[in-house]
Amino acid sequence: MASTTSANAASAAMHLVDYADLGAIKQVPTRNGFGEGLIEAGRRDEHVIAICADLSESTRMEGFKKAFPKRYIEIGVAEQMLVAMAAGLAATGKVPFIASYAMFNPGRSWEQVRTTMALNQTNVKIAGAHAGVSVGPDGATHQAVEDVAIMRVIPKMTVVVPCDSVQTKKATLAVAARWGPAYLRFARAESAVVTTEETPFELGVAQTFREGGDVAIVACGILVYNALVAADELAKDGIECRVVNNHTIKPMDEPAIVAAARDCGAVVTVEEHQVQGGMGSRVAEILAAQHPAPIEFIGMHDRFGQSGTPQELTEEYGMGVASIRAAVLRALGRKRARNGR
Amino acid sequence: MDSLSPEALRDLQLHANDVRQGIIRSLLAAGSGHPGGSLDMADIFTALYFHLMRHDPTNPDRPDRDRLLLSCGHIAPVRYAAMACAGYFPVEELLTLRRFGTRLQGHPERVSLPGLETTSGPLGEGLAQGTGMALGAKMDGADWRVYVVTSDGEHQCGLHWEAMMTAGKFKLDNLTCIVDRNVIQIDGSTEDVMPLEPFADKYRAFNWEVFECDGHDIAAFVDAVEKAKQVKGKPQVVIAHTVMGKGVSFMEGDYLWHGKPPKKDEAEQALRELSEARELIGAGR
Ligand SMILES: Cc1ncc(C[n+]2csc(CCOP(=O)(O)OP(=O)(O)O)c2C)c(N)n1
Ligand SMILES: [Mg+2]
Repeated sequence: MASTTSANAASAAMHLVDYADLGAIKQVPTRNGFGEGLIEAGRRDEHVIAICADLSESTRMEGFKKAFPKRYIEIGVAEQMLVAMAAGLAATGKVPFIASYAMFNPGRSWEQVRTTMALNQTNVKIAGAHAGVSVGPDGATHQAVEDVAIMRVIPKMTVVVPCDSVQTKKATLAVAARWGPAYLRFARAESAVVTTEETPFELGVAQTFREGGDVAIVACGILVYNALVAADELAKDGIECRVVNNHTIKPMDEPAIVAAARDCGAVVTVEEHQVQGGMGSRVAEILAAQHPAPIEFIGMHDRFGQSGTPQELTEEYGMGVASIRAAVLRALGRKRARNGR
Repeated sequence: MDSLSPEALRDLQLHANDVRQGIIRSLLAAGSGHPGGSLDMADIFTALYFHLMRHDPTNPDRPDRDRLLLSCGHIAPVRYAAMACAGYFPVEELLTLRRFGTRLQGHPERVSLPGLETTSGPLGEGLAQGTGMALGAKMDGADWRVYVVTSDGEHQCGLHWEAMMTAGKFKLDNLTCIVDRNVIQIDGSTEDVMPLEPFADKYRAFNWEVFECDGHDIAAFVDAVEKAKQVKGKPQVVIAHTVMGKGVSFMEGDYLWHGKPPKKDEAEQALRELSEARELIGAGR
């Protein structure tokens, strides 16, 4: 009981909505938060411009285009041009946000990202829309599940995967305000809004959304909600999970990850991405070096996506609530075996 | 090659009508997908599958088949419908489009369905792969041809121009590119988003032979491809001038139908219009 109270205390400190109450949960695509954040960033800084590759509606750049038509550039289906031209514009003092689907930018444009944005050190911000299998019926060609891996491997890059639309707005404003190349990842489907205006947000600072000492669930993106639901269900069986919203993949909050492993003794990572090279891999790198602990990985296990509804695909690839619960039990079992009980 | 007899032309028009109905039915069942470009390429896919290409629906891997690549994979519904009508798989399977477990993935996946030559959806990659196939055929002295269907929007992709240059360099006269010139892309007119004109001149400058036709005049399209096949020492392009959503009155010419599926009542009206059009074609018999 005591731990359940502290779980609620963490949620209250983070000003989360009552996510256990299905009726209270709003469903909004994270890309909407990007659209709102971009307009606000444009209001705050006249140097902010937006460039789009023939996807202004679905990436939600449309609002910025209406609000600041002179600061909006349409370049057509040309993602490599999108990046390299933005780097040139950044060299003139602009702060370009560039948008397409994550599959095409940074998917298609990766070398331009590495050279003209990162190595060349330009202040360009990538908005990667339609990431993950929750893209749904469009199928594997449009479901970016490798983008975090290819971006987090680039030196100097900031990589952010916000958990809901409200946080995506804050993340958009945060990368606009901080100088340097950045990648912001968001999704197409509607997803649960768990944070509120009052929820703090700082780049590089992971957030404890739920307190618990048995297993730490470290999650990012829209699956943070599934992690919270799984943790609540497990609490009914007396298993208390800490849930960490690990929104900044690079630079990752190493002390928070080490503390989670130290306090809980076992970790489950949850992401809508290949487990190879993603957020969970970074967690494993940190813990292997600083505090080895059993880790279970939720995500895509070396498979491509396919057509289907977001729900069907989330289940098919083992990223649903039941899969997270099972992973927590495996992690707990490994921890107990390790501790000799 | 003989030009089309009036009977053969009417048969093709009837097939094209079936293909359009298949597109509408499958998109209604799917609840997402791209009707505009699919409908506007129905006449051309019909001409390819029912008249122009060497292929065998019962033996999709036949080594000497002509290769048809769909570069702009989002208009997969027209290819699926044409393949079903041609006998590659049961027409009923069209209703599985975009559903979990289907062979008819939202964008075409080669390993999923026999008869697709490539996996596509990410724009601008078809001509490059077609160039590789055409070059491979030349290396082997094979006589099959390569057709690559492209959208106009994807001509903004750099890779497409790299392929155009390469096909010109290797004088790939066994390669024909077909362009769905509907002057529309997602954010509006191609000429507003990123102007492509003078379009035909660009192909000429890259050492291609250019043919243009009305993409809804099946006889004119067949004629253009037959002429293209006679060209020696150059790749050819057939720029087909099309109307997005062709055949469904309320979709025609409207870019909003690029990627919005018909609702039930809209699909019913579309099917009604297409059935009426079919009667008229049949009456001409
Ligand atoms: C590389 C790449 N970038 C972006 C997209 C998203 N997209 C799908 S279709 C399309 C453009 C549509 O215009 P067009 O290709 O002319 O097709 P039409 O609308 O005429 O069917 C875009 C940008 C994509 N599929 N591939
Ligand atoms: Mg077009």
